Amino acid sequence: MAHFDPSELRDAYNTWGKSVEKSLNKAPERKTEFVNTSGIPIKRLYTPLDLEEIPYLEEIGFPGNYPFTRGIQPTMYRGRFWTMRQYAGFGTAEESNKRYHYLLQQGQTGLSVAFDLPTQIGYDSDHEMAIGEVGKVGVAIDSLKDMEILFDGIPLGQVSTSMTINAPAAILLAMYMAVAEKQGVPLSELRGTIQNDILKEYTSRGTYIFPPEPSMRIVTDIFAYCSKNLPQWNTISISGYHIREAGSTAVQEVAFTLANGIAYVEAAIKAGLDVDEFGPRLSFFFNSHLDFFEEIAKFRAARRLWAKIMKERFGAKNPRSMMVRFHTQTAGCTLTAQQPQNNIIRVAFQALAAVLGGTQSLHTNSMDEALCLPSEEAVQIALRTQQLIAYETNVSDTVDPLGGSYYIESLTDEITKRAEEYIKKIDEMGGAVKAIEKGFIQREIQDSAYRYQKEIEEGQRVVVGVNKFKVAESIKSKILRVDPRVREVQIQKLKEIRKERNNAQVNWALDRLKNAAEGKENLMPFIFEAVKAYATLGEICDVLRSVFGEYQPAVTIGR
Amino acid sequence: MEEKRKIRVLAAKPGLDGHDRGIKVVATALMEAGMEVIYTGIRQTPEQIVEAAIQEDVDVIGLSILSGAHDYHFPKVMELLKERGVPDILVIGGGIIPEEDIPALKACGIKEIFGPGTSTKDIVKFIQENVKPKG
Repeated sequence: MAHFDPSELRDAYNTWGKSVEKSLNKAPERKTEFVNTSGIPIKRLYTPLDLEEIPYLEEIGFPGNYPFTRGIQPTMYRGRFWTMRQYAGFGTAEESNKRYHYLLQQGQTGLSVAFDLPTQIGYDSDHEMAIGEVGKVGVAIDSLKDMEILFDGIPLGQVSTSMTINAPAAILLAMYMAVAEKQGVPLSELRGTIQNDILKEYTSRGTYIFPPEPSMRIVTDIFAYCSKNLPQWNTISISGYHIREAGSTAVQEVAFTLANGIAYVEAAIKAGLDVDEFGPRLSFFFNSHLDFFEEIAKFRAARRLWAKIMKERFGAKNPRSMMVRFHTQTAGCTLTAQQPQNNIIRVAFQALAAVLGGTQSLHTNSMDEALCLPSEEAVQIALRTQQLIAYETNVSDTVDPLGGSYYIESLTDEITKRAEEYIKKIDEMGGAVKAIEKGFIQREIQDSAYRYQKEIEEGQRVVVGVNKFKVAESIKSKILRVDPRVREVQIQKLKEIRKERNNAQVNWALDRLKNAAEGKENLMPFIFEAVKAYATLGEICDVLRSVFGEYQPAVTIGR
Repeated sequence: MEEKRKIRVLAAKPGLDGHDRGIKVVATALMEAGMEVIYTGIRQTPEQIVEAAIQEDVDVIGLSILSGAHDYHFPKVMELLKERGVPDILVIGGGIIPEEDIPALKACGIKEIFGPGTSTKDIVKFIQENVKPKG
């Protein structure tokens, strides 16, 4: 392929290297060592010599072909741009419904629902633990009634909806299905995603309810149910995003995400499912951080590695089971409260990296998110950032434009290898669940987070506006406030629901769910039944808590 | 020679918020600065935090919230400390806390709020300068 003789090139490279070394006395480099966040040393220059050990067809290949390093579709964005999907939701269902209508009018092409913490942890708004939290980081959903309001006027047969919900994912999915039924939309036409990734909740995000074993059962019940009834639904979004936000490196993000993925696949196979039955509906969610080329290489490495795992380890036959289809969000943890407008630029670079990495959908953060919930103006700029990349830069006119770059290919290869080593280590511990129970993954993430902070405080890592180029400023922003009366409104709605519904039917449905939970049946039909009877989220979770118990984390800090 | 009592800190996460990167980083930095740190883990009620502070006989409570629920949980912790008759513990907070909310939090007795971008060295220094040595 190449018009060079490797030994001749190697000689020329060495000659060039020697001459550069000589000039370093006069013109030294900025640092004695260049290393990325994953600890991979970065060379001064990459050449065709770096690709000698990377066989093109086996490791890189063609877009749409195994191992999908260059992308999962043959034409990528020449066919259609990625889905522009901004995560949103706050206060009541009524307020969030308004925001969704606004975002759709602004040209957003998919919805992404943020739920408040009580909803994510399975408490109704009137629960004692919910005080102070109702409607704060997302919308409060207590019953099907709220879900009907949330999607009022939004045709569920035409939009795709992503829901960031994990421990109670089955319940929120059932509510979504019930709304679709009321709209007359067949379940087979529903498109969207539930996050449903409980393992990263234990290590990175914190909204767990039940212990790992019953949690894994709920996950696989959802896989089985959806493969028969909601064939277009993404049953899980295996998430590295939060692992990275919690402080991991890029390599750790890939490794821990795919290790969790392996645990889900193993659990589903153990539950009797065929890998090609549920494999095509697995989706992923990654972070796009600051180190531009490292991030692009990370996305490519994740695709290659997962394809190999599914094919070689699990014997998948359907190429769709081997594809990493993923959502990306720009890195919230890189936003600064200082000089918040700088965040627009950070987000733009991170979004560009996600696009050059071949993402299927993208959320761009708003500049004010280190301060508060995003204002409507800030959200618009964030969405415009994506539209600018799509329509004005033309980076999407060819597939994987950085493929073949000596640096990118070398880095992709290195990230793949280092992530594989981590996965091997986790395998030796008995898999991701065991590694989490031992606290291994948590400790690895914590150590990286601490190292990152130290680098900032010691000035090795520059954060513009924070430890360099500072200005005297008063940090103010146009704040979006959640109405403090949200909880009262929700409590009132709960009272009405409990009065209006057929309580005998609710109790019957909850009893049946309890029996199913104690046995081995798929829980989805029972949850669907309870939801349609207007049993509340808290009531359903309480039934499951009574059978499954609650997860007790082991708290660790320090070394 | 009697060894000087180390400063004891309770690092606490009130509410349902699971963002614990910041508090763990700060806790580790305080430990490296020679303090004794007890971390509560996430999802603590104000009652549990105050109880732990009394049981552990701490000099400092560091609260962290990124969900916006500081407006309820922070004042509640202060109220309970007064009720339990332990108003001399130094209480500081951190997280995503809008500038506008800080005066009200300080008015109820929280000594300082540390936002995003704070150096852990500043937190160490603040504690060393403001903690009232016990016993």
